[in-house]
Amino acid sequence: MNLLDGLGDTILISVSSVVLGTILGVFVGLAMTYGQRWLRFIVRLYIDFLRGTPVFVLILACFYVLSVVGVDLTAFQAGVLALTLFCSSHVGEIVRGALSAIAVGQTEAAKSIGLTFMQTFVYVLLPQALRQILPTWVNTATEIVKASTLLSIIGVVELLLATQQVIARTYLSLEFYLFAGFVYFLLNFVIEQAGRAVERRISIP
Amino acid sequence: MSPILTISGLHKSFGELEVLKGIDLTMQQGDVVSLIGSSGSGKTTLLRCVNLLEDFEKGSIELAGQKIGYREDGAGQRRRLPEREVARQRSMTGMAFQQFNLFPHMTAIRNVMLGLIKTKNMPKDEAREVAQKWLERVGMAARSDHYPGQLSGGQQQRVAIARAIAMNPQIMLFDEVTSALDPELVAEVLAVVRDLAVEGMTMLLVTHEMRFARDVSTKVVFMHQGRIHEEGTPDEIFGAPKTERLQGFLANSEI
Repeated sequence: MNLLDGLGDTILISVSSVVLGTILGVFVGLAMTYGQRWLRFIVRLYIDFLRGTPVFVLILACFYVLSVVGVDLTAFQAGVLALTLFCSSHVGEIVRGALSAIAVGQTEAAKSIGLTFMQTFVYVLLPQALRQILPTWVNTATEIVKASTLLSIIGVVELLLATQQVIARTYLSLEFYLFAGFVYFLLNFVIEQAGRAVERRISIP
Repeated sequence: MSPILTISGLHKSFGELEVLKGIDLTMQQGDVVSLIGSSGSGKTTLLRCVNLLEDFEKGSIELAGQKIGYREDGAGQRRRLPEREVARQRSMTGMAFQQFNLFPHMTAIRNVMLGLIKTKNMPKDEAREVAQKWLERVGMAARSDHYPGQLSGGQQQRVAIARAIAMNPQIMLFDEVTSALDPELVAEVLAVVRDLAVEGMTMLLVTHEMRFARDVSTKVVFMHQGRIHEEGTPDEIFGAPKTERLQGFLANSEI
């Protein structure tokens, strides 16, 4: 089934981009918060550049420009790379925001009981930051699912392109576009509900 | 008896502004020293230097015979000790803060256990026992599974004191621990601090509670513009202040 394969690709693209982008984004946020001035400057440029560029352009750049400089990626890989970068810039920004929103007294209290910087980060700051980040992060994940449709432009047969191929054969454009739209809605609905459930579970009394 | 704390010639600046202009202070085991003075006199900064939350440029602090924070290298250059060493020295002091600073995502008992497990490498069960014991001592045993957000300010501060003192510090530092509390909650926290003093805990307090300072201290230090302006027994300081500055300060404080 063409559509099922497409849906599988959409999910695979979204999950890998969100996972990779989040890991990268945490480091971006850390660098923004605790880095030396020069590092913060570079990372700030990175964030601003990625956030200021349309995802569409990012995808085209990863696919066409990288091959010019000798990096040959498949359309799938290039697409995931573009979405990962995009995701990391968003996650970086929200991680930075969450970390700097934690009162400085938390760090001081952690220091005063003899915790090192790493211990302070892992046991005191990160658990608080993650709770704060979660709602915005869920939002970013749904953005990535929607942005994954743009990969159809470079020929990745994800759900949208698979739908268009079916429509090309059957001419049932209204039915199949509606169906695709509904599936995207369902995906994001599940993500949001899951996010809310986790939020409730880990909320601090 | 060798002193627990020896501060000599301590200087500290924030940029251009010199906030500590040469502080000398010695404390013996069991001493309870209150730092009083108007805001901006440097008393909180002095306290924060003792547990290395603030750097200082000149002078030295010795804790239980050990110079803290810095060492001199071969060329006589002053260098900050590596972070791990600073963290270890910090755990020789306990600090209670004006804003409590409990970790909001942990229950009361977890707050107390964290340092025991991570700094003291205590097994979890033992840490739980020690933590429970100290929560009992500050009258918070029944609330050990509550989160800070479920406790009143006074209760939070008592947990915060338990968290600090469970680490078995050489000296406890109290930074205006009642200033953020509603008036009716002040007494319960002061009672805990008083108990610790009576039991012989060495304590350095910054406080605006003059009556409490008079009751509980073995020595009172009046600071003014980054210097120790006058020091003495509570009776000397409150009963017979020598300098005009101290007289003026006491006249403006509630006793």
